[in-house]
Amino acid sequence: MGGDEALVEARGLRKSYGAVEAVRGIDVTVRRGEAFGFLGPNGAGKSSTMRMIAAVSPPSGGTLRVLGMDPTDDGPAIRSRLGVCPQEDTLDSELTVRENLLVYGRFFGLSRPEVARRADELLAFVQLSDRAGARVEQLSGGLKRRLTVARSLINEPEMLMLDEPTTGLDPQARHLLWDRLFRLKQQGTTLLLTTHYMDEAEQLCDRLVVIDEGVIVAEGSPAQLIRDHSSREVCELRFGADDHQGVAERIQHLGERLEVLPDRLLVYAADGEAVAQAVHEGGLTPRSTLVRRSTLEDVFLHLTGRSLAE
Amino acid sequence: MAAPAVRPPLGRFAAQHLVERNYLVYRRDWVVFVTGFLEPLLYLLSIGLGIQQLVDDFVLPDGTRISYTEFVAPAMLAASAMNGSLFDATFGVFFKLKYEKVYDAVLATPLRPVDVAVGELVWSLLRAAIYAAAFVAFMALLGLAESWWALLGPLAAVVIGYAFAGAGMALTTWMRSWQDFDFITLAVLPMFLFSATFFPLDRYPDAAQWLVQLTPLYHGVVLCRGLTTGAIGLEMLVAVGYLAVMGTIGLAVACRRLGALLLR
Ligand SMILES: Nc1ncnc2c1ncn2[C@@H]1O[C@H](COP(=O)(O)OP(=O)(O)OP(=O)(O)O)[C@@H](O)[C@H]1O
Ligand SMILES: [Mg+2]
Repeated sequence: MGGDEALVEARGLRKSYGAVEAVRGIDVTVRRGEAFGFLGPNGAGKSSTMRMIAAVSPPSGGTLRVLGMDPTDDGPAIRSRLGVCPQEDTLDSELTVRENLLVYGRFFGLSRPEVARRADELLAFVQLSDRAGARVEQLSGGLKRRLTVARSLINEPEMLMLDEPTTGLDPQARHLLWDRLFRLKQQGTTLLLTTHYMDEAEQLCDRLVVIDEGVIVAEGSPAQLIRDHSSREVCELRFGADDHQGVAERIQHLGERLEVLPDRLLVYAADGEAVAQAVHEGGLTPRSTLVRRSTLEDVFLHLTGRSLAE
Repeated sequence: MAAPAVRPPLGRFAAQHLVERNYLVYRRDWVVFVTGFLEPLLYLLSIGLGIQQLVDDFVLPDGTRISYTEFVAPAMLAASAMNGSLFDATFGVFFKLKYEKVYDAVLATPLRPVDVAVGELVWSLLRAAIYAAAFVAFMALLGLAESWWALLGPLAAVVIGYAFAGAGMALTTWMRSWQDFDFITLAVLPMFLFSATFFPLDRYPDAAQWLVQLTPLYHGVVLCRGLTTGAIGLEMLVAVGYLAVMGTIGLAVACRRLGALLLR
């Protein structure tokens, strides 16, 4: 079992819904054991790609191999080895928390005793044991998400696919989930996730692609992407006046690059403090100044000219 | 590079797991389950206690004399098989398809659209068979089913259920909202009243007779009436053929449509 075995291989993969081209020719390779992410804004084509890989959506073009098989021909065989956590929770609201796991496990052909054993383990794993008998409707969004993750693990999948696993969760629930995903990764489960949170991508992903309007605009590890597509530091300036464009022209030369956002200016430079100082010395008095390290957000802004979190 | 261990494939009958799921749900909602028994019983009682006083006995084509209640009871058996299976296959399936998104979750597992369709169908037929068994037992108790053939009543209910559940599920895949279900009611009500249910075929105007014979419930009634009265005839074979073909076409269409709707 080499670490370079490809679990997903997509070449020129496309997906259209009628006239809408959601995915417009992407190349992706996901290797066993890695945590791979799709980072992109709303409508980028992340879910469409995930659904094709999960063998529940036929590709419109290109080639796709998942676990060495063709999703069009071998859907059931592929799905039996995947764990899927869809963007919208699809829990069975007519069943209890524990029954959701039992029934789902049976869909994978697991025996009743086996599925009961795993259900109890998984409930403990996502800290839901005390809610085992509750109806799903009674769960909060965060608890539902945890149950969905537990459900996706019932067949001990080789690859776990998570479509925006933490959207809508509070920071605490989020960190709990990240912790659980991290443990799975250490146990050797391959993770494939989508997100539009750069911190999530930075925390969880070994490698990621930035996807925008159905195409891949960059690929690499979080650190590498930041290195390649942004400066080391960023100086964020807010001015009271709404003459950002005018100010921008005056301070353009201070950094390698400058972005004008509706509420602030971003000056990209190796030394952010130096930029802040030069701005003050130039006679400008921003209402606030913040120097920080570059993040994937900056990478995204640079590559697409748009902000990730709209 | 060692290939990962392939899990044993699912049994040939993967749809059984969906049946299990439905059973879990209904085990809790036993009230819903029980009401299924009541509807045909109430019809039967109202006819047996009331209308029978006003109507003469019948003489079947083979010369047997039967009471009006004996005549109508098998029609109630057929109609309840129709109603029950239609309910599961239309409202039930629509709810799970559009609102609960049950099948979206199911299809992320090794199950296929055909397993979903077959699972729902089998579930509704199981219910139809159980209700029919109870109804036939009740008929026997009241002396309304003297023939041993009546023991096959539940099987007839399964054949009738198959036809209506298959067709109903296929139609449901085109439904956009609950309003669209009025079309089904619109088709079912006249069928319930005019499928030789409450009076024999030869009392219909000549022009209407062939129309009646085209409806699936008419064939269901023929089947059930033949069994409970013991007047077995070739027309029952025709009825089984009609209903089997209708169900099979419905099921095939439902499979395709479910696949197209869910695996987009
Ligand atoms: N079933 C569908 N029918 C028609 N259009 C669709 C369908 N699913 C997605 N689309 C369209 O395809 C495009 C990509 O959608 P997709 O859901 O893949 O994006 P996404 O990156 O997951 O976005 P989000 O972050 O909002 O979840 C969008 O323009 C969307 O409107
Ligand atoms: Mg999405």
